[in-house]
Amino acid sequence: MTTTTDPHQGQFRLSMLLYDSRYRSMTIQIVALIGFLMLIGWLLSNTAQNLADLGKEPGFSFMLEPSGYDINQRLLDYNSQDSHLRASLMGLLNTLLVAAMGCIAATVIGVIIGVLRLSPNWIVARLSAVYVEGFRNVPVLLWIVFIMAVLIETLPQPSAFRKGEASMSLWDTVAITNRGVYIPEPLFSRSLGDIHVLGSSALRFDVSLDLLALLAVLIAGILTSVLIKRRADVIQEATGERPRTWHLRLGAIVVPFILVLAVLGFYLGYPELKGFNFKGGTHLRNSLIALWLALSLYTGAFIAEIVRSGILAVSKGQTEAASALGMRPNRTMSLVVLPQALRVIIPPLISNYLNLTKNSSLAIAVGYMDITGTLGGITMNQTGRELETVLLLMLVYLTISLTISAVMNWYNESVKLKER
Amino acid sequence: MSDMSYVRSEMLPERAPPASQIGFVGWIRANLFNGVGNSILTILSLIFLWYILSALLPWIFAPTWNSGSLNECREIFGADGGHGAACWGVIRERWVQLLFGFYPEAERWRPIVGFGLLFVALIPVLFNMISRRMNWVLLLVVLGLAGLYLGGALGIIAGLVLLGAAGFVGFKAFTTSKEDRAAEIASGAKRLPNPFIFSAIYPFIAPWLLWGGSIWLPVGAALGFVVGYFAYRFLAPIVGSLAGLIIAVLAALVWWLFLTGGFASIMQSIIPIGLEAVESRNFGGFMLSITIGVVAIACSLPIGVVLALGRQSDLLIVKALCVGFIEFIRGVPLITLLFVASTLLNIFLPPGTNFDIILRVLIMVTLFAAAYMAEVVRGGLAALPKGQYEAADALGLDYWKAQRLIIMPQALKISIPGIVSTFIGVFKDTVLVSIIGLLDPLGLSNAIRADQDWNGVVWELYGFIAFMFFVFCFSMSRYSMYLERRLRTDHS
Repeated sequence: MTTTTDPHQGQFRLSMLLYDSRYRSMTIQIVALIGFLMLIGWLLSNTAQNLADLGKEPGFSFMLEPSGYDINQRLLDYNSQDSHLRASLMGLLNTLLVAAMGCIAATVIGVIIGVLRLSPNWIVARLSAVYVEGFRNVPVLLWIVFIMAVLIETLPQPSAFRKGEASMSLWDTVAITNRGVYIPEPLFSRSLGDIHVLGSSALRFDVSLDLLALLAVLIAGILTSVLIKRRADVIQEATGERPRTWHLRLGAIVVPFILVLAVLGFYLGYPELKGFNFKGGTHLRNSLIALWLALSLYTGAFIAEIVRSGILAVSKGQTEAASALGMRPNRTMSLVVLPQALRVIIPPLISNYLNLTKNSSLAIAVGYMDITGTLGGITMNQTGRELETVLLLMLVYLTISLTISAVMNWYNESVKLKER
Repeated sequence: MSDMSYVRSEMLPERAPPASQIGFVGWIRANLFNGVGNSILTILSLIFLWYILSALLPWIFAPTWNSGSLNECREIFGADGGHGAACWGVIRERWVQLLFGFYPEAERWRPIVGFGLLFVALIPVLFNMISRRMNWVLLLVVLGLAGLYLGGALGIIAGLVLLGAAGFVGFKAFTTSKEDRAAEIASGAKRLPNPFIFSAIYPFIAPWLLWGGSIWLPVGAALGFVVGYFAYRFLAPIVGSLAGLIIAVLAALVWWLFLTGGFASIMQSIIPIGLEAVESRNFGGFMLSITIGVVAIACSLPIGVVLALGRQSDLLIVKALCVGFIEFIRGVPLITLLFVASTLLNIFLPPGTNFDIILRVLIMVTLFAAAYMAEVVRGGLAALPKGQYEAADALGLDYWKAQRLIIMPQALKISIPGIVSTFIGVFKDTVLVSIIGLLDPLGLSNAIRADQDWNGVVWELYGFIAFMFFVFCFSMSRYSMYLERRLRTDHS
């Protein structure tokens, strides 16, 4: 005897495509796919028709033509005879530069404000809350434009330094003017020179051997320091006494580094007032500073909330349990609270880094030449290739985003609570 | 034997806690000066506050309301006047422009009325504390005030009549208590219609008020829904509900695509009712931001819910399409989508199509917001315990009924904070339209700063715009907290 009803074994009828749950999902999917393909086809045929009407041949060969415009803030050498491709590369590097600077500053601001917001001190907690609400509730583009305008309107002109109305800060090393900030630049009197990579192609770049040497020494120092720590761990486990190693560990990093600096003849090139403007030093333009400040202040407010909620997410019992085990407060923080809080904090933190990177495209409002300003701005206007440039622009941002979210997924997977 | 001890036989009276532990002093000791570090922090914060306020307050309360240019302000305060005190003349002279852009002066009542009606339409959606009658009173008041504002004999009479009606209904609402009213209704008194009706009509009124033109176009658009509804009503019993639904949607589409235009022009030639058309390039200021924000917010929630359901569904192709769309939109900055709106959308559409720039921006901003909304709703769906889905299945509900009655109400409730922060994000992102040349407040501020009179104004102008955005966004975030409290059903 069977109590289950067998599926209807009758003949297949057309209406079963809609009313039989065995076929319905297939029908829906095929209809959706056909609809999607038809939409794409329709858009493509329209685009082809429109481009043909405008007399534009779609293609990316324009990227290799000379760009004909200058980029004032750049990380590699570039001139207006270089191709659009190289201009875009400069833009991409500028985007990554401001994004990296912004992420670091925003994290510092966010962690400080987030911790202060949890302070038992009433007035400090209130001030942090005001900061967070104030910055979160006003558009970031407004902050960018506003800070730019403040920099231009309120800072002294270079000529004011000549007349003595303004003076350089930090013992005459930094000049803050309304054309930007001039900071000392690192120079080497016995420089090892550069290696030119990729000849004269659009992707060429120079690698400073000085920098490589310094990096190598730094990494070697850190590795030595780690080895010293390992040895201390071994001794502690064998004897129960931990040798004092912090001076050795610090020395292993700092001493070789300073030695190499001395060998290379390191000195700082200070900015100096020459004629109507400052010469020497590294010139950080207003647009970079405004963008960097605005992005980090704005994102910092979001990160503060993430940090706060992360710390609050660790239940109080964990801290109490750690105290019951006899841990000191800072060991409790580093061994019990932080590892658990970080699991909550890191994913939204990374998505905020992603937001910051995408928001850096607002650079175009203050004339900072990031990828949107070069490829999506001047290159688009000069070549009239809206379709190709916007596609490339989206592709670049999509690559950055997908890379970051891949990293995030990898992290989530590695710190996931192992449920048994 | 001195083996004696004393045992107290009565309780000591309770004593008041020491003065340093209670009241103001106790609070200060507990919150501001408990420990050396905390005291230092408090003092530093107080110095910081004093420093800020001593600069800010004289700056704000500067008697420059009537100045006509930055130079006049500087004359009032000497050479350094630009920074020591605010020059509020720029706000007095330009606030109308910052609110309305270049919207024709004679027609400015229309956005104002539209904004007032927006609140009336939103109240039944947002709050449940206001009674049905008070809602209609509010509607009458807004319309009556509009009549008075318009002036003219007709306007004043209509306004007074509407206000009178509002007063009458409002008076009755105030004088009869809730219980009495319930008894009246139980004994067969007529209820006022549900105010949701007005909320449903509003999306057709608002564009007509803002852009003007013939009234028959929005009426025709609304009739599309009526056509679809009746098609479903009559066909569903005959051909089955799913086929009926498909035919109803097709009927509405046919009506909108092919018949609305003809209907509108015929009706306009018979009964010409309309407002003077206002072109999109005259839109600007906060009116533009609010228009874009409200439309994108209202449209992105349903689209986002559908996308989230698609992403969670078992249908592989549907899921892939939704994931692709969401990840693509979330992976690119809004500004590139606005570039698409300003330069490319016309290339994607049939040759000769050239539609309004604001409409194009609206489409892209809505798509952008919908992708973010989908992720928020997906979070809510994922946070729901699996037992809820199983319970819905066990009750024998089909997919849509389960979603509508069990899953969505809970998932949306969980995701309220995320939804509202997406709303706030969308509203803030509307300033990006200034980059593609629309005159939102930020775009206007560039124009104002380029003006000879106000060349060099920074703090006042941006401060004003920032303050307005802060008010909107902050009230939205407070509302989300209120909504969370209202919908909370647990007992903690």
